[in-house]
Amino acid sequence: MALFAKKKPVGDASQKKSLGRGVFRRCDGCAETLKAEDFTANLEVCPNCGHHYRLSAEAWVQYLIDPGSWTEHDEGLRSLDPLHFVDSSPYPERLASSIKKSGVNDAFMAGSGTMGGRPVQLGCFVFRFMGGSMGSVVGEKITRMMERGAERKQPVILLSASGGARMQEGALSLMQMAKTVAALGLLREAGMPFISVLLNPTTGGVAASFALLGDVNIAEPRALIGFTGPRVIENTIRQTLPDGFQRSEFLMDHGMLDVIAERHDMRATIARTLDHLLD
Amino acid sequence: MAHLDFEKPLVELERRIEELRAAAAPGDDVSAEVGALQEHARRLQRELYSSLSEWQKVQLSRHPERPYFLDYLGAIFDDFLELHGDRAFADDPAIVSGFARLDGRAVAVIGHQKGRTTKEKVRRNFGMAHPEGYRKAVRIMELAGRYGRPVFTFIDTPGAYPGIGAEERGQGEAIGQALLTMSRLPVPVIATVIGEGGSGGALGLGVANRVLMFEYATYSVITPEGCASILWRDGAEAPRAAEQLKLLASHAIKHGIVDELILEPSGGAHRDPATAATALGKTLRRHLADLSGMSGPELVAQRYARFRSIGAITGG
Ligand SMILES: [Zn+2]
Repeated sequence: MALFAKKKPVGDASQKKSLGRGVFRRCDGCAETLKAEDFTANLEVCPNCGHHYRLSAEAWVQYLIDPGSWTEHDEGLRSLDPLHFVDSSPYPERLASSIKKSGVNDAFMAGSGTMGGRPVQLGCFVFRFMGGSMGSVVGEKITRMMERGAERKQPVILLSASGGARMQEGALSLMQMAKTVAALGLLREAGMPFISVLLNPTTGGVAASFALLGDVNIAEPRALIGFTGPRVIENTIRQTLPDGFQRSEFLMDHGMLDVIAERHDMRATIARTLDHLLD
Repeated sequence: MAHLDFEKPLVELERRIEELRAAAAPGDDVSAEVGALQEHARRLQRELYSSLSEWQKVQLSRHPERPYFLDYLGAIFDDFLELHGDRAFADDPAIVSGFARLDGRAVAVIGHQKGRTTKEKVRRNFGMAHPEGYRKAVRIMELAGRYGRPVFTFIDTPGAYPGIGAEERGQGEAIGQALLTMSRLPVPVIATVIGEGGSGGALGLGVANRVLMFEYATYSVITPEGCASILWRDGAEAPRAAEQLKLLASHAIKHGIVDELILEPSGGAHRDPATAATALGKTLRRHLADLSGMSGPELVAQRYARFRSIGAITGG
């Protein structure tokens, strides 16, 4: 089975600043103009300054999981429109266009595979699908992933990149926080590790459910992680937030993270953590 | 008495009745006139409250005279012993917790508390808890679990507090941990949304075997103001957002988010707090009786299944 039948972008298209015919990219971090392929070959990390760009869920799976070992689960799940929610467009239309643009059915990809030969359950938010927001489908996929980990006695690795609960599904989205965390409880009961990997950004209902409850919490450098987004906090307290507020390094200083790992070290960091917990 | 704009005609009519009574000289018979006005007031109240918009109902859930957790606690439970502090940082007055008795039976009670006077509102941060509030709640729940005490929670918050200190001390982790602790408690847990059920800050006390909700309470993923500022970049569009969010009890019960809706006295709980408390007390006792025969593992399994089934999905 091919790893990915459909062709999907590796990075986020919106982040590619193409010059000329899309061969070059100017880095937001250092303002250098470099070959686009150099970013791609470097897991979307700037070879010059180390700025971390978003890596797609598909590329994360390709990076972390042993070749040929991946089986995706529950990819056919789709959201209904329980609230008949309409903003600038009706929710079903928003879903349909997101499905078309992203090539996936919702904002989470889950599957089974091996990491250095060890069977694991791995899941990753698909940020390009409605900002990685968690509605019924994301909640169900994460819950099933935790349940599979508990049943099969396999560790669960979850990579979060999400703005939080999906507004368009109202309180049903909110309830996914309780549902996923309850399923994490089953995984703990089964004695299996939960490795939470926090990517940029991890906020709102995702930060206030499972994302900071890892047996080990690992974040990428400079990722925005917090319950309330910085703009809302600024509006509430009417003052400008200090530089670095709610970034990984800030959370590390305040005791919320175990490890900050550069992208190139992420695979080894996860593997070593599992070795320490399970071998 | 504080009132909402749409309550004004009714409040004014009631004032007129009072004035008429007070002004009547001894021997004057104003009973016919008062009776007519009272009948008028009853009709006006029925009309007003039968055609409320979603936004007006949201306003009722936040009514300044609405009974709060401590009002219900005093009316329904006895022998309340408040327990303070998270043992790590502080005591958060936005969440009140402790042990009490319900018909003599020892139980744990935990709820958001908004504060009635300006001073108390500030002290209680308008019911918006910091991480230490959730950590205190977790501590009391674990204590209840160890001593086999049923847990009653009362939800009434605009949301968990969005501030610098809250983020520094891990608001997300604190709420997440509360969800996890509640999901594993081996005792009956009954949650009631008594006013505002504002997003994660509300859910942090909401992972229960039974979730009950007052008629004019709300349970929402985001405030209508917050939703409006995201969707239309204008918080003043909140009434429009309120229509979209389906945040009232009547919707929550359809989606399995809430198990039972508790009807309020005509005009809302604030117009007759005693009747509202009696209705709540009866409902709580009934659900506690239902759950009392279940073992710890059965309660955990029932709670798991209850939340496991929530969602609107198709395929795969
Ligand atoms: Zn760079």
